Amino acid sequence: MDFNDTPEEAAFRAEARAWLSANAPAHVVPQAAVLDDAEEVERGKAWQRAVHDGGYAGITLPRALGGRGGSVIEAVVFSEEEARYNLPKGPYIGIGLGMAIPVIAKHGTDAQREGFIAPTLRGELTWCQLFSEPSAGSDLANLRTKAVRDGDDWIVNGQKVWSSWAHRSDWGILVVRTDPTVPKHKGLTFFVVDMKSPGIDIRPIRQISGASDFNETFLTDVRIPDANRIGAVGEGWACCMTVLMGERLGSGSHKSAVGPLLDLAAATPSQSGGNALDSGSVRLALAQAYAEEQGGRYFEARLRTMVSRGENPGALAGMIKLAYAGRLQRTTGLALELRGQDGIAPAPEDTATRQIQQDYIWSTVMRIAGGADEVLRNQIAERVLGMPGDVRADKDMPFDQII
Amino acid sequence: MNFDLSEEQKMLAEQANALLADRSPFDHLRGLIDRGAEWDEPLWRELAEMGFLGAAIPEAYGGLGLSALDLGVLAAEFGRANAAVPFFSSIVLAAEAILMAGSDEQKAEWLPKLASGEVVATLAYSEGPGRLAPASVGFADGKVTGVKAPVADAGIADIALVLADAGLAIVRLDAAGVVRTKLEAFDHLRCHYRIDFQGAPGELLAKPIDMSALFDRAAVQAAFEATGAAEACLLMARDYALERQIFGRSLASYQAIKHKLADIAVQVELLRSNAYFAGWAASESPGELPAAAAAARLTAVSAFEEAARENLQVHGGIGYTQEANCHFFYRRERLLAVHIGNRDYWAARLIQHIPTSQAEAA
Repeated sequence: MDFNDTPEEAAFRAEARAWLSANAPAHVVPQAAVLDDAEEVERGKAWQRAVHDGGYAGITLPRALGGRGGSVIEAVVFSEEEARYNLPKGPYIGIGLGMAIPVIAKHGTDAQREGFIAPTLRGELTWCQLFSEPSAGSDLANLRTKAVRDGDDWIVNGQKVWSSWAHRSDWGILVVRTDPTVPKHKGLTFFVVDMKSPGIDIRPIRQISGASDFNETFLTDVRIPDANRIGAVGEGWACCMTVLMGERLGSGSHKSAVGPLLDLAAATPSQSGGNALDSGSVRLALAQAYAEEQGGRYFEARLRTMVSRGENPGALAGMIKLAYAGRLQRTTGLALELRGQDGIAPAPEDTATRQIQQDYIWSTVMRIAGGADEVLRNQIAERVLGMPGDVRADKDMPFDQII
Repeated sequence: MNFDLSEEQKMLAEQANALLADRSPFDHLRGLIDRGAEWDEPLWRELAEMGFLGAAIPEAYGGLGLSALDLGVLAAEFGRANAAVPFFSSIVLAAEAILMAGSDEQKAEWLPKLASGEVVATLAYSEGPGRLAPASVGFADGKVTGVKAPVADAGIADIALVLADAGLAIVRLDAAGVVRTKLEAFDHLRCHYRIDFQGAPGELLAKPIDMSALFDRAAVQAAFEATGAAEACLLMARDYALERQIFGRSLASYQAIKHKLADIAVQVELLRSNAYFAGWAASESPGELPAAAAAARLTAVSAFEEAARENLQVHGGIGYTQEANCHFFYRRERLLAVHIGNRDYWAARLIQHIPTSQAEAA
């Protein structure tokens, strides 16, 4: 066991660090900067272009597909080093790299690989994900958006939701129902869709945070050429699994979320005298959270070791997000409480408390998106512990007979 | 980075696991309790023969010279089996204390005997509720005077390292001036005693000892022990739920049970990860040990606590019987939760040692 870099990893880290120090500063977004969406995406594309030109785009992707042909550990090292800078790397870049490229690489045709992978690596194409629907979230295969074959095209009608950055995306990855007469997982087909196609109407969702990171996307008689179908007709579920497997990789940042809350507690007077960190219950809650956060960090190191050996961590990977999301909600909620009434209405200059408010709101997203807590618990119970699957009343029923 | 146990460590775990499964099954533990046994002496002899007791004792002193991480691999198996042996007292605490603070002569005198199992030692530090390592016991003119209680494994120990005002004193427990009184212990497989030292002859370890550093190293082993024990509870609950039919289907098919056990599985993996890091840091990055040990300790207590309680709960009424095996862990868990400091102590230790650079940025 060695937590430190091997000589090869250390050499790669030094190389990546040197390249980043020469290239990243020009792309850094100042912490206080408020960019409009269009500008943020432009900056994101520019940074991705720089990463590509530096030879660091698609580190684990085979060279034949335009990647670096490197190891998982190299990808981790690069993202750790990259995370030292505040770079424009939102979902508009991440969905393309982490979802669109893997699914096209695995299930696409040569022409599709050629047409989409290299431009995405160069930051020329941004992507959004058109999966969830109003009645298909955790039960994704319940989706109702349908595509009907019409000559060389498919005609798509339906509604997608939670499509991050759809309004600024060039392309979308889309899963739709092409056969309602077979059980729900079997009648799905996967496409890539040009977001400028006629019939696509993107409306921002007003979130509880006040922002609108997510959209609902209405598709009305949208024509998609059959050439943009990924995988076989009816293979949509397998494509979705490829996408969702890639969704849980960490960002590479090792910044402690709990550490700053400890500092804040130490600097916050307590309602019962002294400072908040003098209280046994506060100390224990934050120390416990910090301990679990560290456990998550080392658990990720174990998972990376597994991946680097070609093993698939499977549902183990979901444990990190499950633990993280609940912890974020508990600890930021506690921090607001420690601030007393200032936790609700901080002074204008108190940006720290305002950030904690935002994190507390955001924690609700983390507990739902990318596998809700309850879905992850089921997966862990079934796939890690070998417990029976839930009762699925509609599993073998043709979709059009489900009430 | 390679953050996994080595093949050798995995083999060591398998070896220990096989031996313990054969020699110390739950029915055997029930027999020990029924007989009022102080410990499982034959098992102790076998562990010694396998070299397990001296695993982390340097070769120069009769051990195998392995690392804290190797010892942790063994501790996890002792935890999994809920073994009735004084491993923690004699090896994790006493041998470690002698290594840290003993003179060469003291090491040469005692460590080979601890490694061979010929001598059993314990650490007498507690003096009732209050500070973790008080030193109101007096040491003067080679004599120890005062009371230590409770002291684990003192009925079978040959020597105790007694935390006194002048330092850690080695006292032979069969000496005149030592009165041992057995206490009724919550864990029926680890006996505890009150020891009255009435001018008992003692010998100070050569160097002053930093008890918090000793407890840091012990917390690593306790975290491994809890990993094995918590995992045993998790799998016991899972296996029972798979077998038990209720309302026409497997108890394990209910989300109330699945989600409970999934949460425990997460806690066990976070604990195991912290234990690995702390075990690695103990030898490879000592500066990080206090925070790593405290983090491992906090996750050890919370994971094993949840696992021991919910294991019994999943079993339902049968879990309340001697016939089921939940109670061994339900009792052992409280022992592990309170020895070498409760959460209050370790939360303070962690907060004191969190690197500020980490709090600010990566």
